[in-house]
Amino acid sequence: MYTQAMDIAAAKGEKPGKPTRLENPEYQAQFDEKVDRGDFIEAKDWMPEAYRRTLVRQISQHAHSEIVGMLPEGNWITRAPSLKRKSILLAKVQDEGGHGLYLYAAAETLGVSRDELVEALHSGKAKYSSIFNYPTLTWADIGVIGWLVDGAAIMNQIPLCRCSYGPYARAMLRICKEESFHQRQGYDLLLTMMQGTPAQRDMVQDAVNRWWWPSLMMFGPHDAQSQNSADSMRWGIKRISNDELRQKFVDATVPQAQVLGVGLPDPHLKWNEQRGHWDFGAIDWDEFWNVVAGHGPCNRERLQARVSAWEEGAWVREAALAHADKRAARARAA
Amino acid sequence: MERRQWPLWEVFIRSRNGLDHKHCGSVHAPDAKLALQMARDVYTRRQEGVSLWVVRSDQIVASDPQAKPELFDPAADKIYRHPTFYQLPDAVDHM
Amino acid sequence: MAETREPRLEYVLRLGDSALVLGQRLSEWCGHAPVLEEELALANTALDLLGQARLLLTRAGQMEGAGRDEDALAFLRDPQAFRNVTLVELPNGDFARTVLRNLLFCAFQEQLWAGLRASSDAELAAIAAKSAKETRYHVEHAADWCVRLGDGTDESHQRMQEALDTLWPYTAELFTADAVDEAAAATGFGPAWASLEAGWQKLVRPVLEEATLAVPAPTAFRSTGKGGVHSEHLGHLLALMQTLPRSHPGARW
Repeated sequence: MYTQAMDIAAAKGEKPGKPTRLENPEYQAQFDEKVDRGDFIEAKDWMPEAYRRTLVRQISQHAHSEIVGMLPEGNWITRAPSLKRKSILLAKVQDEGGHGLYLYAAAETLGVSRDELVEALHSGKAKYSSIFNYPTLTWADIGVIGWLVDGAAIMNQIPLCRCSYGPYARAMLRICKEESFHQRQGYDLLLTMMQGTPAQRDMVQDAVNRWWWPSLMMFGPHDAQSQNSADSMRWGIKRISNDELRQKFVDATVPQAQVLGVGLPDPHLKWNEQRGHWDFGAIDWDEFWNVVAGHGPCNRERLQARVSAWEEGAWVREAALAHADKRAARARAA
Repeated sequence: MERRQWPLWEVFIRSRNGLDHKHCGSVHAPDAKLALQMARDVYTRRQEGVSLWVVRSDQIVASDPQAKPELFDPAADKIYRHPTFYQLPDAVDHM
Repeated sequence: MAETREPRLEYVLRLGDSALVLGQRLSEWCGHAPVLEEELALANTALDLLGQARLLLTRAGQMEGAGRDEDALAFLRDPQAFRNVTLVELPNGDFARTVLRNLLFCAFQEQLWAGLRASSDAELAAIAAKSAKETRYHVEHAADWCVRLGDGTDESHQRMQEALDTLWPYTAELFTADAVDEAAAATGFGPAWASLEAGWQKLVRPVLEEATLAVPAPTAFRSTGKGGVHSEHLGHLLALMQTLPRSHPGARW
C-alpha cells in the first residue's frame, strides 16, 4: 500500500530503479553481490544514488502515511462509545505516530533530515497513501479501517521486513510486531456491532460499502500500468506484484466478511473454482487517480491539519531550543 | 522563520537485566532530559525496569569497516550522513 | 439521577471523573501536537488517565451497588452528576495552557495517591499504588515543559504567564475543605484535600519559579465542579463524549 506512490512515479515515466549512469563500477558490483546474497546494506555502506533516492522517497512516504493516518481515526477518539474502545483507539493512533517516527528515523540515516521530509509533505511534493483522504463518517468506519485498511497494510509490510536496507528492515520488524493488534481490534469492533441492534448492523454495512473499493485501490495500479522496476524487486523494496497482493487480500477478506455477516459492494464477486480465487469487479481508476491528484474528499483537510499543527507548534519548538541555548550559556558562564 | 531543528539523538535500550543495551532508533529532542523522556515514550511504551541511553547522534564516533570513503565526506567517523551533523562547503551543499 | 450523598462514593467520583475529563481533554490533541514525539507523550498521558478513570469509576459503581459499571457512569450521567474539579474541564487552549494544567493537576494527584496508600479501602489503596508511578512521570514531563516554555522565548514566556493567570484561580478548589473531605478523612478512607496543599505547593512553586513565572495573588474565586456545579464547558465536552451511547440506548459496543 505504501509503495503506491512509487508505482505512480513509475507510471508517470520516472524510473526510480534505473540509475542514469553507473557511479562506481567496483562498488556497484560489490553492492549488487551483497544484495543478491541477501546481506543487508547499512547506513554508511556505498549505495547507488538511485537506491538511496528510492528508499528516501518510499520510507518517508510510508512515514507520512502513518502520520496522516492518525487523523481519520483520531476523529473518533473523543466520541468512542465505551471507555475500553476509547483506550484501544487512542493506543492504536499512538502506535501509528510511533511508526511514523521509526520510519522518519530510518529515512534520516540516508542523509535527509526530518524537517526536509515534513516540508516535502506540507508543500504537496511528497505523497501519502491516498486511503487516508476518505472521511470517517461513523463509528463503524473505525472498525472497517482496522479490518480492511490495516489488513491491506499488513500484507504489504511483512515482506518489507526482509528489505535490503538494514534500518528500514528493522523499523518494519518493530512495526509489524506492534501492528498485530490493529487489525484484530477493528474486526472485533465490527463483530460486536453486527451482533447488536439493527441500527448498528446498518452502520457497519454502510461503512463497508464506502471503504471496500478504496481499500482495493491501496494496492496501487494494475501491474501492466506500473513499471515494476527490476531493481526495486531485487533490492527488496518492492516485493510481490500489486495485482497478486490485491488478489491475496480479496481471497483472505471475503470469508471474513461472510463471518461478519456483511455484504461486499461488488456484484461481480464470485468464487472461481478453476482459478482457485475470488473473481471481482473492475476498480474505478478514475476515482483512484483523482484522489492521488489531490481531488479526493479530504485531501485538503488532511494536509491543512498537518500544516496547522506544524505552524502552530513553531513557537513551542523554538522555545525549547532557546531554553537549551540559555542553559548552555549558563553552564559556560558558571 | 525557524531554521534550526531539534538535534537528533540515538536511543539504546536494555530491556531487562542480563542483556546489553541495543540500538533501536532515534528521536529529535531539544535537550538530554526531554530526549530521555521521548525515547521512553516512543521506544519502550513506558515499560518499567528498562534502561535507556540517549546520545546526541553527532557525538557518536564510528568505526565502520564496511564503509567506503566518500568524495565529499569530511566526517568519515560519523554514524551516518545527516544534514545537521556537519556543515558542507557551499560548493557541494546541494545534498 | 438524584444527587449522591454518600461521602465515600462522592470522594471516589471526584477522583474518577477528574481523571476521565482530563484524559478526554488530552486526547483532543491527537494529530495536532507541536512535534511528533509530543504526540506520543500526550497520548500516553491520556491513556494513563483513562486507565485510572476506568479503575476508579468501576470501584465507584461497586460501592454504589446500583449495577452501574464504568461506561454507565461515564456515558449516561448528566453534567450535574459529575464530580470532577472544574480545572480539568476547561478547554485545552494552547500547548502552554495544556502543560501547565497537567502540572497543576497531576502534582495534586501525586499528593492524593500518596495519601491514599493508607486508605481503609484496599482497592482504592491498590489503585493509588499503581497510579503513582504513572503520575510521577506526568508531573516530571509537565514540569520540564513548563520550565522550557516559561524560560524559553519571549512569546513562550508570555503564553505561559497567561496560562498561569487563567488557571491558577481554579486551583483553590483543590484545597477547599467540605463535608465529603471531612467524612473521608475521619474514616481513614482518604486524605482531606486541604491537607494536600503544603505538599503540592512545595512541588509546584519551585517549578513555576524556575520557569520565571509570577504566581497570581489569591482571590475570592472558587470553582465548584467537585460539588457538581460546573462551568459551561463540561456540557459541551460530555455532549460530544456521550453522543453515541445516548443515541443508541442499550447497544453494546
